[in-house]
Amino acid sequence: MLWFSLLVLIPLLAIVIQASEGGWQAYWDALTSPQTAAALRLTVTQALLVTLVNIVMGTTIAWVLVRDRFWGKQILEVVIDIPFALPTIVAGLVLLSLYGPSSPLGVDWANTKGAVFLAFLFVTLPFVVRTVQPVLIELEPEVEEAAASLGATRFRTFASIILPALAPAITSGAALSFARGLSEYGSLVLLSGNLPYSTEVASVRILSYVEGDKLTEAAAVASILLVVALLVIVLLDLISRRVARHG
Amino acid sequence: MSIKISGVGKRFGDFVALSDIDLDIPSGQLTALLGPSGGGKSTLLRIIAGLELSDAGTVEIEGTDATDLPAQKRNVGFVFQHYAAFRHMSVAANVGFGLKIRKRPKKEIAGKVDELLSLVHLSQFADRLPSQLSGGQRQRMALARALAIEPTVLLLDEPFGALDAKVRKELRAWLRRLHDEMHVTTVFVTHDQEEALEVADQIVVINNGRIEQVGTPDELYDRPSSEFVMSFLGPITMLDGRLVRPHDIEVVAVPFPDARAGRISRSSRVGFEVRLEVNLIDTPQAPPVLVTLTRAEATAKRLDQGAAVWIKPVEADWSCHGR
Amino acid sequence: MAEVLTEPPVTARAAVTGKVITVRSHSGFRWVPRLVVITYLFFLVIWPVALVAKATFSRGLAPVIEALQQPDVLFAFQLTLSIAFWAVLINTVFGVIISILLTRYTFPGRRALSAMIDVPLSVSPIVVGLALLLVYSGRTGWLGGVLESAGLQIVYAPPGMIMATAFVSLPLVIRELVPVLNEIGTDQEQAARSLGASAMQSFLRITLPAIKWALLYGVVLSLARSLGEFGAVKIVSGGVAMRTQTATLLVEERYQQFGLDNTITAYTAAFVLALIAVIALVVVTSLRPKEEYR
Repeated sequence: MLWFSLLVLIPLLAIVIQASEGGWQAYWDALTSPQTAAALRLTVTQALLVTLVNIVMGTTIAWVLVRDRFWGKQILEVVIDIPFALPTIVAGLVLLSLYGPSSPLGVDWANTKGAVFLAFLFVTLPFVVRTVQPVLIELEPEVEEAAASLGATRFRTFASIILPALAPAITSGAALSFARGLSEYGSLVLLSGNLPYSTEVASVRILSYVEGDKLTEAAAVASILLVVALLVIVLLDLISRRVARHG
Repeated sequence: MSIKISGVGKRFGDFVALSDIDLDIPSGQLTALLGPSGGGKSTLLRIIAGLELSDAGTVEIEGTDATDLPAQKRNVGFVFQHYAAFRHMSVAANVGFGLKIRKRPKKEIAGKVDELLSLVHLSQFADRLPSQLSGGQRQRMALARALAIEPTVLLLDEPFGALDAKVRKELRAWLRRLHDEMHVTTVFVTHDQEEALEVADQIVVINNGRIEQVGTPDELYDRPSSEFVMSFLGPITMLDGRLVRPHDIEVVAVPFPDARAGRISRSSRVGFEVRLEVNLIDTPQAPPVLVTLTRAEATAKRLDQGAAVWIKPVEADWSCHGR
Repeated sequence: MAEVLTEPPVTARAAVTGKVITVRSHSGFRWVPRLVVITYLFFLVIWPVALVAKATFSRGLAPVIEALQQPDVLFAFQLTLSIAFWAVLINTVFGVIISILLTRYTFPGRRALSAMIDVPLSVSPIVVGLALLLVYSGRTGWLGGVLESAGLQIVYAPPGMIMATAFVSLPLVIRELVPVLNEIGTDQEQAARSLGASAMQSFLRITLPAIKWALLYGVVLSLARSLGEFGAVKIVSGGVAMRTQTATLLVEERYQQFGLDNTITAYTAAFVLALIAVIALVVVTSLRPKEEYR
C-alpha cells in the first residue's frame, strides 16, 4: 500500500498542486493561451471523431470475430492487439510508411490534421473491440431464437435485442478509446510534426512547457488530462455497477 | 391434425439426431415428447418451430406446409428452458414484444399484456426487470410472452428443467390448468417421465432419433411396446423371466400357490412407500427382486428385514417379456 | 434395478457442434461485414507494419546487422531491457500483492483503490513523466533535492525511468489477476486452511498455481508495454545517448537526423521492437485459450 501511494498518489497530487501555484488566474491564462487552447481543441475533437469511428468499426470487428468463421480469422485477433503492444514511436513510423512522404499509395498526410486522426485511430483500435467481444460471446443464442419465434427479423433482433445488450460494453470501450486518444503522444512525434496551431496536441504542449521550464503551465494542461482520466474511470465504474444490476 | 410430421430426418455432421420421423400431433391437445437426453426430442421440437431446418421430410402446421418457412413466419410460441428473457426490457415490454413486431396499436398491446400478466399472476411485476424475478416467475413471463402472439402452436423445451423440484411441481400443474382453459395445441419436451405422465394427453417416446411409442399415459405405462418404454416410464424389476412393475407384485409372509420363496435382504421406507429387495431362495446369485407397497400394507403384513416371504406377480391381461 | 433416470449427460447437439449459435443468414449478407473489417485492418495495421519490415531490409541484411552493432544501439537496447526487467519485476510482485489485497480482504477505500488502479492506463504518459519530475527532480522537486543530496539521483537517471515505466504498466498485471482471483473463489484456500496450511503455504501451493496463466499473461503484457514506453521516459530521462537513451528514444533521434544510415538505424531499432511486440502477442494469444479451458 505504501509503495502504491509513493508511486501513484504523491506525483499526481504534485500536478494538482503545481497547477494551482499562481492561483486561478494563472491557471486559466495557461489554458486559454492561443496555442494551448488550439492544442486542446484539436486533441478533443480528433479524440471524439476517432471514438465515433471506433464505436461503429469496433462493434463490427467484434461481431465478425465472434460470429463469422473463415480462414485467417485467428491472424486478425493478433492484428487487432498490435496497436496495443507496439511502442508508440514505432506506431508513428509504421503509419508514416503508408501515409507519409514515401507512401506507395501516393498520399502524404504527414504534418496534417489527418495525421493526428490517423494516429489516434491506430492506437485506439483494440479498445471497443475488446470490451464488446466478451459480451458478444456470452450472449445466449436462445434470446435471439426467442425474438425470431416472436416474429422479429434478423435486423430487428440486432437493433432491439443485441445492441441494447452491447450498449454498456460499447460505452466502456468508447470511454477508454477517448481517454487513450486524448493522451497520445509517441506516434504523433514523427507523424504530425507537432506544428503549433495545426497539428500540435495537448501532450506535446505539456512537453514544450516542461522544456521551457514553465512547470506551472505544464501542470495546468496536465490537470485537464488528469480530470478526464478520472471521469472515464468513474464512468466505467458506474457502467459496471449498472450491468451487475441487470443480471 | 394440427401438426403433421412426415419422414423428417436431421443429422449434425456424423451424428444422426432424427431418423424418419412420422408423427401426428392432434389439435388442442397437450402432447409430451419424452425421452433420454440426446435422444432427439429437442431437435424435433426445434424443427417444428423452425429454429432448425430438417434435412429430409416435411412439417405441416394446420394444413400449411411449413417446412421451408423461417421461425419468424410460423406463428409458433416457444418457451426455452432458461427463459431467454430480454434482460434490458421490463416484464411488460417482454410480453408485448411479439405484438410490437406485428405493429399493433399501443392500446391493444397494453390491454393484451395486462390480460396475460394477470393470467400468469405477474401483474404486480409489470415494470420490473427479469433479473428481479425468481426462476419460476421468469418462466411464467416467458409463457405469457409466447401466448401474447396468439400462436397456432405452443412449444416448450424442458420448460421446468432449470427450476427447484417444488416449483417444478407447481408449474407443472399450473400448465395443465392453463391448457385446459386455453386449449392451444401444446407440445412440450421433457426427460422426466413423471411430468409427462401427470400433464400430457398424449406421450411420444423418442429414443436414439426414433419414435418408440405413441399413446396416452395409461397406454404407455400399462401396455408398453418395448422394454425401453417400460423401463423409461416407470420402475421395473425381473421376476420369472418377465419384466414386472414392483408395485404389481403380491408379497406375503406365508406360502401360497405359484409363489416364489425368498428373503427380504433390504427394506427402506420412502415417504408412504416401502421398498423391499427380495433375494429368491432358488436363485441366490440373481439380483434381488424389487417389491414396493404402501407402508400400511407393509406394517399389516409384518414385512421386516430378514423375514421370509413369498412373492408372485399380480395377474395382468398383458405382459412384456424380458429380453 | 432401473428406477428413475440418472443424471443425463450433455446433450449430443451441444457436444457435436460446440456452442450452438443460430447462424442462418444469406451468404451475401455475411460477406459485407467480413470484407469491411478485413479491408479496414489491412489499411490501418497490416500493410503499414509490412512496409516497415520492407523498409528495414530495403538495402539488404548487411546494413541492418551493421546498425545493430553500433555501440549506442547496443546500449539503448540493453538499457531498455534492464529498465523493463526491473519495472516488470516491481509490477509483478506488487501486482500480486495488490490483487490479493483487493480480492481477499475488505478495507475502507477498497473501491477507490480499485478505481485508481486504472489511472495509469487512462492518463497520458507525458502527464506521468511530468508528475514524477515534479516530485523527484533534483532542482525543483519536493523530494528530489533531499534524495539527491543523499546521493540518489532519480530523474534524468535510470531509477526515474524505471519508476515511470513501472507506473504505466502497473495495471496490466492487476487487471489480469483480479478477475481470475474473483472467479476461482476462496473455497480451495479455505479447504487448505482447514487442513492446517498457513497463509503463506496456502498462497504458494493453492493460489499461485491457480493464477499462473493469468499472471504469465499479465507479465508478458507488462513486458511489452515496458519495452515500448516512450513519452514518460522521454520527459524523465533527458535522452542522453549512451547514458539515458532507451531504444524508443533512439528511434526518434535517428529518424529525425539526416542520412540514410541513420534512417536505416531508426527502422532497424523500430523493427526489432515491433518484432518483440508481435512475438509477445503471439505468446499471449496462445496462452489465452488455455485459460478458458481451466
